[in-house]
This record gives sequence, structure tokens and C-alpha cells, in this order.
Amino acid sequence: MSEDAANIATVADSPKPEPQPAVATDMPLLRIDTVAKKFGAFRAVDKLSLDVRAGEFFALLGPSGCGKTTLLRMLAGFETPDEGRILLDGKDIAQVLPHERPVNMMFQNYALFPHLNVRDNIAFGLKRAGMPRSDIKTRVAEMVALVKLDGLEKRKPDQLSGGQKQRVALARSLARRPQVLLLDEPLAALDKKLRESTQLELMELQRRLGMTFIIVTHDQEEAMTMASRIGVMDAGRLQQVATPRELYEAPASRWIAEFVGEVNLFDGQVEPHESNRLTVATRDAGTIFTAEPRHPVAKATVCVAIRPEKIKLSRRGPASDAVNAHAINRLEGVVSDVSYLGGFTTYKVKLDSGAMLRSSMANTARLDVDAYSAGQRVTAWFTPDDCVVLEQ
Amino acid sequence: MARASNRLSRFNVTSLALGLAFLYLPIVILVIYSFNASRLVTVWGGWSLKWYSEFFNDGAMLDAASMSFRVAVTSATLATLLGTLAAVALSRGERFKGRTLFSGMLYAPLVMPEVITGLSLLLLFVAVNAERGFWTVTIAHTTLTMCFVAVVVQSRLGALDRSLEEAAMDLGCDPARAFLSVTLPLILPSIAAGWMLAFTLSLDDLVIASFTTGPGSATLPIRIYSEVRLGVKPEINAICTLIIALIAAVIVVASFASKLSREQGESAAPL
Amino acid sequence: MSARRIFARPARRAAIAPYVWMALFFLVPFIFVVKISLSQTAIAQPPYLPVFDLTSGAGAIKAAFAALSLDNFRLLLSDDLYVFSYLRSLLVAVVSTSILLLIGYPIAYGMARLPARWQSVAMMLVIVPFWTSFLIRIYAWINILQHDGLLNQILLALHLVSTPVVWLSTDSAMYLGIVYSYLPFMILPLYATLAKIDPALLEAANDLGSSPRQAFWLVTFPLSLPGVGAGVLLCFIPIVGEFVIPDLLAGSDSLMIGQTLWLEFFTNKDWPVASAAAVVLLLLLLAPLLLYDRLQRRQLEAR
Repeated sequence: MSEDAANIATVADSPKPEPQPAVATDMPLLRIDTVAKKFGAFRAVDKLSLDVRAGEFFALLGPSGCGKTTLLRMLAGFETPDEGRILLDGKDIAQVLPHERPVNMMFQNYALFPHLNVRDNIAFGLKRAGMPRSDIKTRVAEMVALVKLDGLEKRKPDQLSGGQKQRVALARSLARRPQVLLLDEPLAALDKKLRESTQLELMELQRRLGMTFIIVTHDQEEAMTMASRIGVMDAGRLQQVATPRELYEAPASRWIAEFVGEVNLFDGQVEPHESNRLTVATRDAGTIFTAEPRHPVAKATVCVAIRPEKIKLSRRGPASDAVNAHAINRLEGVVSDVSYLGGFTTYKVKLDSGAMLRSSMANTARLDVDAYSAGQRVTAWFTPDDCVVLEQ
Repeated sequence: MARASNRLSRFNVTSLALGLAFLYLPIVILVIYSFNASRLVTVWGGWSLKWYSEFFNDGAMLDAASMSFRVAVTSATLATLLGTLAAVALSRGERFKGRTLFSGMLYAPLVMPEVITGLSLLLLFVAVNAERGFWTVTIAHTTLTMCFVAVVVQSRLGALDRSLEEAAMDLGCDPARAFLSVTLPLILPSIAAGWMLAFTLSLDDLVIASFTTGPGSATLPIRIYSEVRLGVKPEINAICTLIIALIAAVIVVASFASKLSREQGESAAPL
Repeated sequence: MSARRIFARPARRAAIAPYVWMALFFLVPFIFVVKISLSQTAIAQPPYLPVFDLTSGAGAIKAAFAALSLDNFRLLLSDDLYVFSYLRSLLVAVVSTSILLLIGYPIAYGMARLPARWQSVAMMLVIVPFWTSFLIRIYAWINILQHDGLLNQILLALHLVSTPVVWLSTDSAMYLGIVYSYLPFMILPLYATLAKIDPALLEAANDLGSSPRQAFWLVTFPLSLPGVGAGVLLCFIPIVGEFVIPDLLAGSDSLMIGQTLWLEFFTNKDWPVASAAAVVLLLLLLAPLLLYDRLQRRQLEAR
């Protein structure tokens, strides 16, 4: 406890916390090393390894029951791994009790103490750390200003709005200057508008404090907006760890491609190919020309993934380009469904093969005389670079 | 507008009104008669406080009242302590050896016929040759009422958000500290309600006290009972009214406390 | 290990004091009741034989064990007085629990249908009499029911009767007293389950073509059965062993087992027979007690 206090006090000495310098050594701030946790026969987390560097905003994304919350609770100390190590700054904290960890958590329902006012909620962890009274006062004031709660210090939690509660919870978990801040679905209880502005504020705050944030969420938009890297979890394992862009444009598997965003998928066989492209013979979309994948394809059976916004519709097909004409993929079909969504419109096209294709196009002009309507015959086209070849 | 399927029917209102009248009328009549000047209970002789002064001059009755009060305060306090500990063990102790026996022992006295509880405790006190009086009644009442306290506190603990305790640990509390600084303040209203319930149950008890008390240390219900067996006496009406007033005061305090805790965003049922 | 388990270790330590207390003052006394029920009456202090004296050596304890017998239980079963007492107790409990359910259900149902802010007031109103003394509430009825009491005065004034009716020392008075005293115990568990039923279920039933009456019997009533069970047990078990109400309101020609036990103990000073009567009473109540225990535990630990 006293060491803890000293730790907090030293950070407190510098009035404005400098961003923790990105350490040049290969040791990350947090290393999760083949961690496993079972509940009865259910493997919540299955031999999972992950490195998080100092100053990162890392998101754990996955469907409910994928083990992301269990993993977060193991980082906080509320669950102990059955096997594996959790190294924080090189020290194994897997067996350390929650109150002895330099890690703090922001709870999904905020878990604000209903019998304490805003100030005492924020000061709670500082008092436990044995911080001198005057320092607590300064720190609390600093936190109140940071999350813009000035004037509400004496309010009890049930006199606050949802957004204000969220800020108090954030201030309370930040007050101890944890090495890692864990956020468990921190915005789930807020309405859409407030959630979006809070996302931006959280990012701003994280950049300013230079702190390491690990957020758990089931909302991919939230993860994509805020995180610098995302770990997608399913069935207790990490399916892919990547930047938001990589995750969307270069998904590692069919599952990821379907989980993150919308996608058109065509199964097919790899055909003997020329130098810089791969041809896939599909049942539903004929032969698709794709760019050479980054990793050589080992199997003959693959799946071609194309995002809807990469698919353009035209009445006649693209203006022919002598050089690339043979490389452009064209599919014929009939528009069967149009959904106008404001910024863009999505079309469902029934291909001549009977398969459905999804396309979405930005509404760049206010008066679109060229809009397609159901029943119209169209050509859908996309380039080889728009395709991702996935092995199952 | 009330929804058709959920409308309060005339039948609903009538049964409620009749039910409440049935519960309250006898008590109201008793209170009114306690101010009756006439010795004949049923003849109205005008308002008077003379039966109250009679009570305050009745030494035996006053002794019994003081005995009852002391037993009630002591046993309620002991029962609150033990019952709260039991509730904490049951709602936070997960599985432990002897848990089934423990919870069985705590729930059984809630419905056990009082004659059995009283008889068994008396046999114990006789066997160990304990001098019967204040302490034996206090022990007996503590045994009974701690079960009520345990149930009241346990249901509050069960409804408490467990992430509050986790948040306290996350912010640097060991489990004991987390309990003292977060859990305990939040269950305090139900602990207070438990104390008041134990107090009134002890003040009320006739059967168990009759078994476990000794000669010369009768409680108020024992005295009232022996008087009532001989017939209605206006003085008893006065005593009963005083007890009702005392309990009403306790209830007012209790509902005030629960209102206070509701203002903290917590709901605490009075029972 | 999980957060719950981190908390569990110190929480378990809290069990020690109440555990020891309940073992000492609830469990051990039962062993005494059983042991004394197997002993003989004696004119001594304590008034039974044999007395186990742990200082008297192993031989004497062995002899004391040999002296235990089932004579008291034989007496209970052969003597009509006891058999009738048990039967009467069960009968009284069945009849009054039925009346309680019939009266309590409409009241609880009415409460559950009140607007939300009135529900807590109504609940308070039902609980308050439960806090006031049980003895006082019986006494209040004696005031009303006695020979020249309020009830007879009203009946005479309305010329409904020509001479005062004897109310006290009758079974009707006893049933009235029991129903009056136990009504909150019936209403509260019923109300608790009825209030939890989602009104949308009734709307769905109406929407699917059932009349309000059908909706009640097909939806509300089946869903309230756990509350009915709790209320019935909460009343039935203590009524079987009831002493004060029959003693003050019923006649003395037929006794309930609680009264017989009391008489045996205080008047006849026959402790062994009284203990045997208690053991048999407990055996009679064992099934409903276990059932109640299961209900309680499910309710408290399901959260």
C-alpha cells in the first residue's frame, strides 16, 4: 500500500503529466502471455497472448460471450488466470489482488458509490493510497476540471445525468494515475449523440494524458473511432489484432470480414494464374480477377470478399480503358431493393446467377437524376484491388 | 388513461378498503376506549386520562414494562450484530462447509411454533442450571429475532450491486476495507430496520418469555396476559395505547430512515 | 480465484459467531427436548429421570441411557386427549389458512393494481399492524366481542338480536382472531409476487382473445402460485402450534396442541410428556417446514 502511495505521489509531483515516452525496448507495457481461464467446462479465455504498448488506445472487440470482459477482469484482478502470465512493466501481476495493482477500471454501470458525493467518489482511491489531504484536494480539483464537472462536486450520484455519471466514473478511475486504465463498455449506457461526442472527448483525454487505455466494447464503430489498435475476440481467442483500417480492408479471415462491417463473399477455386494477379472461379459470380494476395494462397478453395462501397453500379458498365479493360470485374443483374440512408444508398442486386450482391454508393449530389430503382438492369463492377482473398 | 386490462375494478377497491378497515378498526376502538372515564369498558363516560395515571402508579406493571424494555433493547442489539454477520456470511461467503445447516437453523425459527422454541430453550436453561430471569429471556429473544434480522439484511445485500465492492477493491481497498467503507454504509438502513423489527418482536413476545423467564421477573406481555385472562380492564387499554404509541414512533423513525436512504438512491423496505 | 472469492474468505469468518450461537441455543436445545421426551416424570428438580451427570462416571451414564424409553410417545398415541389436540390443531390450521387465502388474495390483488405511488402506502398500511403487539390486537377483539362489548351493543341497537350473543369462548371468535393476526403474513408474500407480474402479460392475454376473468385464471393466478405457497406455509405452520389466540378467544372444552403442551408443562409439570408432544408436533410440521425452507432459500439466493 505504501509503495502504491509513493508511486501515485511521484506522478502527482509533476503538475502536468508528460506523455509516457514510447519505450524503445522491445518489452511492451503490458504483456499477456498464454493466459487461460475456464468457468467449469467453458473456456472463457483460451491460451491468449497479446502485447499492449505504453500510450496505446487498445480496444477489445467481440460479440457477447467472447471472453473480452473476462480478459479485462483478469487485468483488473477480479479473476485470476488458470494459467499464463500477465506482465505489467515486466512484473507478473496475475496473482496480485485488485487493490494492489497499479491498474484502474471504469465499470460498465459506473459503480459510483451512491452514499458518497462526486468529490468523495473521486477522492476514494486517493484516500486509500494514503495521499496527504492537501494533495487529495488538489488532485480532485484537477480531475473535476479535466472532466468538466465544476460546480457538481457536492452532488450525489443519483442527482446526476447519465453523461455526468460517466464523467465521475472516468475521473474516479483516472485520479490514481493508473499505469493502465481499463474501460468496460464505458459508453453503453449513453444515447447515440452523447456517445459520439464522448468518444471524441475520451480520445482527446487519452492523447493529452498519454495514458494507456484498454477498452472493451461490442460496438465496432466505437472501437474503430477511438482505438489505435483493435483486438477482435471470438470464443476466447484473438482472431486478429490490427489497426482499424487493416481490420476493415484486410481482414484475416472470413469470420472477421463478416463481423466487421458489411461484405459480399464469393466462394471459389483458384485457377492457374498469371504473374501479378490471381483468378478465382466462383459459382455465383463467374471468374473474379483479384490482386495477388500478400501471402501466397496455399489452398485451392478460397473466398473472395468485396466491401459494398467498392462495388459501383452503372447502366452500361465502366468506360472502357484499353489497358485495364480485361482486369475489371463485371457482373450483370437487376436491382431488387434500394435503401436510402441519407449519406449513402445501399442497393441489393440480384445477379443473373441468382446470388445477391450488396453495393453502397455515396449520395454526392443533392438531386440525383441518375438514381437506380428496383427492377432496373445494371452492371456492377469492381477492380481486382478491391477484392480480398481469404482462406477459410 | 388507465389501460383496460390493468384498471382498478370496484371489486379491487372494495376488498382493499374492507381489508384495511378490518385491520385497523379494533385498534382504533381500543385506543378510544383507553380515554374513557367510565370503569365499565363499554359505557362511554367522557374523556379522561385516569387509566394512564393508574398505570403509572402500578408498581408491578411498571417493573414488567422496564424489564420488557431492557430485554428488547439488549436482545435487539445482540440480534442485529449476530444477524448481520450471518447475512454477510450467507450472501458473500459463497459455498462453505455447513452452509445448509447454517441457513436451515436461521430460517426455521421464523415459522417454528413458539411453544417449541420456548420449551426447548427452557429445558436447556434448566439442564445447565442457569438462573432464569433477564438474561435467559434476552438469550431466547436474541435467538429468535436474529433470524429476522438476517433475512432483512440478506435480502438487501442480495440486491446490492456487486460491482460497487469491486470498484472499491479496484480503488485500493482490501475486502474488509471495501466492506466497511462501501457495503456497510449502504446496508445500514436495513440493519436499522432489522434492529427495530427485533425490538418490537421482543417487546411483543409472550410465549417464549413465559417459558424462559423466572419467578419475579415477568415481562409486560406476561403481566398483560394474566390480567386479560381475568377480563377486560380499562388500565390495560391505556397500557396497550402506550405500546402502540411507542411502536408508531419506531415506525415513523424507520420510514424516515428509509426515506433518507432513498434520497441516497437506495430503496430500503421497512421490513 | 474471482472477485467473489476474494470477498468470500473474510465473509465466511463472519459466520462463526452466529453459527456458534444458533448451534448452542437452537440445535442443542432440541437434543434436550428429544432426550427428555424419552425420560420419566419425577418429583424432583429437574422433574424428570434419568439425569445425565457427566461427573458420575461411564457406568452411571450407561445406566441412564438404558433408562430412556418410548413410554411417553405410547401415552400420546393412546390418550384421546392428545390425539384430539393434534387433529384439532391441524383442522384449525387448515380452516383458518383457507379463510386467510380467500380474504388475503383479493386484498393483495387490489394492492398490486393500485397506481405505483399508492402501492408503497398500502404496503406500509398492511405492515404497520404487524409491528403492533400481537397480544394487544387479540385484546382489542376481546374489547369488542365481550358480553357488553361494542359488537353486541350495535346488534342490539339495530334490533338484529334481542339478547346479547355469546361471542367470546367460541370457535368463531378464535377463527376471527387467527385470521386477524395472520392476515399480513398472507398478504405480503402474495402481494410481492402479484406486483411482479408484468401488466403487458394481461394485455397480451386480452389481445389473444381472453376475457379479463379468463386472463386472471389463465395468467395471473398461475404466476402467483409461488406467493400462494409462501403465504400458506407462513400461516399454516405457526397456526398449528398457536397458543395465545385459542387460549384467550376459544372455549376450554377442546384444546389445540399448543395449549395441551402448555398445560402439561406449566400445570401438570409433566416435562417428559410435554417434550414428547413437542417432538410429535415437530414431526407433523417437518414436511411444511422443509418446504418453506426451500422456498425461502430459493427466494434469497436466486439473486
